[in-house]
Amino acid sequence: MATQSTLKNMLLCLTLVCLVCAAILGGAYAMTYKPIQQANENILKASIGAVLPEGGTISDQKTASFGGRNYTYYEQLSGDAVQAYAVKSSTTGFGGTLELMVGVLPDGTVNSTRVLSHSETPGLGAKCQTDTKFIDQFKGLGPDKLVKLRADGGDVDAITASTITSRAYTLAVSNAVEVVKSLKKEN
Amino acid sequence: MSKWSLVTKGFVKDNPTFVLVLGMCPTLATTTSAINGLEMGLATLFVLVLSNMAISALAPLVPDKVHIPVYIVVIATFVTVLQLLMQAYMPAAYATLGLFIPLIVVNCIVLGRAEAFANKNTVIDSALDGLGVGLGFTLSLTVIGLVREILGSGSAFGFKFIPGDGILAFVMAPGAFLVLGYLMVLFNKYLKK
Repeated sequence: MATQSTLKNMLLCLTLVCLVCAAILGGAYAMTYKPIQQANENILKASIGAVLPEGGTISDQKTASFGGRNYTYYEQLSGDAVQAYAVKSSTTGFGGTLELMVGVLPDGTVNSTRVLSHSETPGLGAKCQTDTKFIDQFKGLGPDKLVKLRADGGDVDAITASTITSRAYTLAVSNAVEVVKSLKKEN
Repeated sequence: MSKWSLVTKGFVKDNPTFVLVLGMCPTLATTTSAINGLEMGLATLFVLVLSNMAISALAPLVPDKVHIPVYIVVIATFVTVLQLLMQAYMPAAYATLGLFIPLIVVNCIVLGRAEAFANKNTVIDSALDGLGVGLGFTLSLTVIGLVREILGSGSAFGFKFIPGDGILAFVMAPGAFLVLGYLMVLFNKYLKK
């Protein structure tokens, strides 16, 4: 039934199958390249939009370095004035990297935050994505109120049984605020 | 065997999860909610049907000694195509399942059906077999996900109907083993007579 397993047959068969598969993959990659770019951009835009006040136009991606690390951020411009910043900030949570998009007003006030990616425990730390009670606490913090957990001398209540996640989240927000403050000093 | 029974045997008689006990890695890992289970099942179904068809067409031409590498290359191709398509057109599903999609390559259900069925049957029969086993897998994953979601988060398909937190352990790995074990017992006691 099957072709004989001679060296020539095996080589021929594997080479042909691999060639055809490579061609299919190349085609699929070329076909989906643009839509994937578009989809990733939409996700990014949605997360930027969610953490900034309404109106204004979003600038291209910029980089700032703070505390020995580079942060990616976007400016929201209305006319020539910067209305707000969206800073991508990541820290280490309980299960791995916790990446946030943080919207910060020029005076260092937190506008809103959103989780971009995380690997926290489902049902515990992962609630940092959905627990509005926790997330809403950050609004308005920054210039005079410290972005710190209550256990660390600040005003943020941690998510029950998820102190490490909450601390990582808080640190990411506070780093983003510091990045914006350092930007203001430079200008 | 009639064409129809080729499809339906995957539901109960040859159910990949509860009877053949194949593909346990994605079963345990992705069934944290009913939706996740359903999506993972459908992704596997897609690969299973296409790889079964391709392999049953190729089988007579492939020398015996290299048939496993050839099958794996074919399966990996379909999985990568699926991954690209999901990334492009279903970014939300890709965000939750992304990690587990490449693992479909080594899901023993896919290679298992290629070895046990597709390489000695016609293209159409193989497609029906892939459809049946894939639907059976989807069904099992959705049921496991549903049970874990109800117990663990108090919701079903994302709709919350029990207030509060639920029994956390069921969302995590130990709950996956527990639910799978008990469902397997029930399945074999009542359905598979």
